[in-house]
Amino acid sequence: METLIIMLIGILVAVATYLILSRNIIRIILGTAVFSHAVHLLILTMGGLKQGNVPLLKEANAPYTDALPQALILTAIVISFAVTAFILVLAYRIYQDIGTDDLDELRGAKDE
Amino acid sequence: MFSINLVILIPFIVAALLPFSFRRFKKNHLGWFVLIVPTVLFVLLARLIPSVADGKTYIHTYEWIPTLDFNFTTYLDGLSMIFALLITGVGSLVILYSIFYLSSKESLQHFYCYLLLFMGAMLGVVFSDNLMVLYVFWELTSVSSFLLIAFWNHRQGSRQGAQKAMLITVSGGIAMLVGFIMLHTMTGSFSIREIIASVSEISDHALFLPAMILILLGAFTKSAQFPFHIWLPDAMEAPTPVSAYLHSATMVKAGIYLVARFTPVFGADEVWFWVVSIVGMITLFWGSFNAVRQTDLKALLAFSTVSQLGLIMSLLGLGSIALQFGYSADSVLYTQATFAALFHLINHSTFKGALFMVVGILDHELGTRDIRRLGGLMALMPFTFTVALIGSLSMAGLPPFNGFLSKEMFFAATVHIMEVDIFSLTSFGIIFPVVAWIASVLTFVYCMIIVFKVFLGKPQPEKLDKPIHEAPIGMLISPMILGALVVGIFFFPNLLGQYILQPAMGSIYPTFGDSAYLTPKISAWHGVKPELLMTIGVIIIGALLYKYLKLWKPFVYGFFPSIFTFNSLYNNLLASSVRNSNIVTNRYMNGLLRHYLVYIFVFFIVTVGSYLLYSRAFSFDISTNASFRVYEVCLVAIMAAAAVSMLFAKSRITATLLNGVLGYSIAIFFVLFRAPDLALTQLVVESVTTALFLLAFSHLPDWKKENLQTRTKLINGIVSVAVGLIVVLIGLSVVDFNQFDSISSYFEDAYELAGGANIVNAILGDFRGFDTMLEVVVLFIAGLGVYSMIKLRTKKEDENIEDQ
Repeated sequence: METLIIMLIGILVAVATYLILSRNIIRIILGTAVFSHAVHLLILTMGGLKQGNVPLLKEANAPYTDALPQALILTAIVISFAVTAFILVLAYRIYQDIGTDDLDELRGAKDE
Repeated sequence: MFSINLVILIPFIVAALLPFSFRRFKKNHLGWFVLIVPTVLFVLLARLIPSVADGKTYIHTYEWIPTLDFNFTTYLDGLSMIFALLITGVGSLVILYSIFYLSSKESLQHFYCYLLLFMGAMLGVVFSDNLMVLYVFWELTSVSSFLLIAFWNHRQGSRQGAQKAMLITVSGGIAMLVGFIMLHTMTGSFSIREIIASVSEISDHALFLPAMILILLGAFTKSAQFPFHIWLPDAMEAPTPVSAYLHSATMVKAGIYLVARFTPVFGADEVWFWVVSIVGMITLFWGSFNAVRQTDLKALLAFSTVSQLGLIMSLLGLGSIALQFGYSADSVLYTQATFAALFHLINHSTFKGALFMVVGILDHELGTRDIRRLGGLMALMPFTFTVALIGSLSMAGLPPFNGFLSKEMFFAATVHIMEVDIFSLTSFGIIFPVVAWIASVLTFVYCMIIVFKVFLGKPQPEKLDKPIHEAPIGMLISPMILGALVVGIFFFPNLLGQYILQPAMGSIYPTFGDSAYLTPKISAWHGVKPELLMTIGVIIIGALLYKYLKLWKPFVYGFFPSIFTFNSLYNNLLASSVRNSNIVTNRYMNGLLRHYLVYIFVFFIVTVGSYLLYSRAFSFDISTNASFRVYEVCLVAIMAAAAVSMLFAKSRITATLLNGVLGYSIAIFFVLFRAPDLALTQLVVESVTTALFLLAFSHLPDWKKENLQTRTKLINGIVSVAVGLIVVLIGLSVVDFNQFDSISSYFEDAYELAGGANIVNAILGDFRGFDTMLEVVVLFIAGLGVYSMIKLRTKKEDENIEDQ
């Protein structure tokens, strides 16, 4: 199972990298979103998959699955949401003020 | 008992206090307060002269980083004593002089702060036994010299001169540092004394020669040796007290010190002898040759300093030959060159210091130092004239001044060296006395220029902005003291020889036993010998050359076109390095974000990937994997397909929805992997994110087809696949990593420790509560950012102001 998921993570990372390398802001934002999906899966996989029961003490019996990666991912999900929201609005504002969503056109003066 | 470490630190401490306390000295000149420091240090050090003369040395160690062998060790012996006395002695006189030279309107607190900084650093250079500490102080002298040259930083010349001095001396310093590290590699020690003790073990080492050359580079750049001398004339933009102190008496002699200090290490090698003496000889000639053509008195003195430094350097080179032969009656004769070097070092500081101060007086009182505008000052400035006469004649090598004694010894040393049996061609050795003699003739000529063109002849008050008048007494004290020393040393040279020079000889030739044998008796008259004939020849030919200066000067100096000077080489080098680095930097820092990202990804691939290969960290074991079901494989396939088809999505809506597919699938995985909290959060966040994307789309332009070149697409593809591959490799290697015990079992006591049955919640809300709080802060900041970007706008007027 782990190997399978790691392969999936590799595909997600490759796709995200390709999206981030493009010129369009929306594609880049989508790339970061895919990237965070990949990273969440990676953290979870590193803790081991299906090693035990749900980490709810009253509901299930030991052994429990590793709770620490889950706590990390929970934080990461929220942060990545905040970042995605921020850069989306940034893209909106850039388009409002400068009138383009193409990074090559946002480059600025030629001989800087 | 005071320690030498304190002597180094006191100037730094006072320098640090000055910016805070200078307001208290508003009424009086700040210099009076600063003057105390070098005077006290000079007296403290002078009290140690008798015991140092008896061969005693003082060592103090403060451990700094003992594990790296960096210790703040100071070592006071005969050699460092000479330099320390010069630094504090000339320092006192220069500060006294500067009190009258600089008006209170200048930013004196800066000036004296830099000057004390330099003094401390210079004392650090000559007292440090640890090479790393020495290096730090060495660079500090470059830094303080930079600050002092650029003291009048509103002038372009000052700034450029400071930059030039800094670039040249610091590059030499870095070469020296590399040499020091090589020495440490060879001997395992940073202590100069220990390196000298183990010199016999390293002379065959492969790094011996590179280390020597690199350290010499440091010494030559600092001491303005050919072809690095070009910074010194430009450094004359500094206020004259600084020129007198740093750029003639002390800092430029740091290179001399280094060469003298390392003579016991490298001196026995033939390369050392050749490099040091030849470079010194060339510098001696080139400096004096250029000094004659100058019309600015300060530039003249600068080239003359270059020339005299070359003289001392070549003497040290000639003296090192004695170490090749070991101790014998013959080789003692050769050590006299080193003795002459030390002797001339002191003499040069006295007469050149006096001359610089005289030029400063002329500049200050008459508003010019151009030889063409001066003349006939003798009657109107009698005291200044007297000092200038003493200084010039001493520099020219005439009796009864100290320059005569050391010049004679210099001639004697060049004559002796002819007898050494190391020249493949017997006639080759003659080059030393010949070059020395020619350079001395030129020296004589420029000394005559100072005396005759400036002080004799017809006064030209119409060319001056100010009336000719004698300088105030305060400005005359320091040059007069130096002038008196010039005469005094001539009459009592052996006093200096016995107490100051003899212990230093012992430091340079530690293997030669009692340094008393190495100390010749200095006498003004020693019969008709070659050196006396040479001096007489210098006077006759020099006088003739001076008389017919107008005839030969334009011809000789017109010979070299100005394009082929080292100065233009330096300027071109500087300009072209700025231009080329602009071109190179613009080539990769081209403002395209995609390129920067490619650099980052390629760096990641190369470093992580190659280390993974190099360390053979990759491991792959499928046996510990958890089992999987068919529907899980289907889910993986769906996600992979969704991800890949995102790349080919024609519209942004499709791409966003595919991203949603990924997000919801992950939520399902979270369920499968026993993480209910994550699944819930993921579902909520994914819904909101998708909504947000769709909302943003109504304000953003439609997705244009990206017209990327095939080459760009290919690079992007390769980089992406490589990054994915590296992540897979790392993931596979790390997933089985079990070198450490997991800390997760600690949290399974969540109910007892935190009162929560949901372990994930307990971690977030209790164990790592602060992290969660800061996460909320991040959300809050992001929210503020979103709000302000939507709502706040700069007004039109503000934009206009920015455009201006």
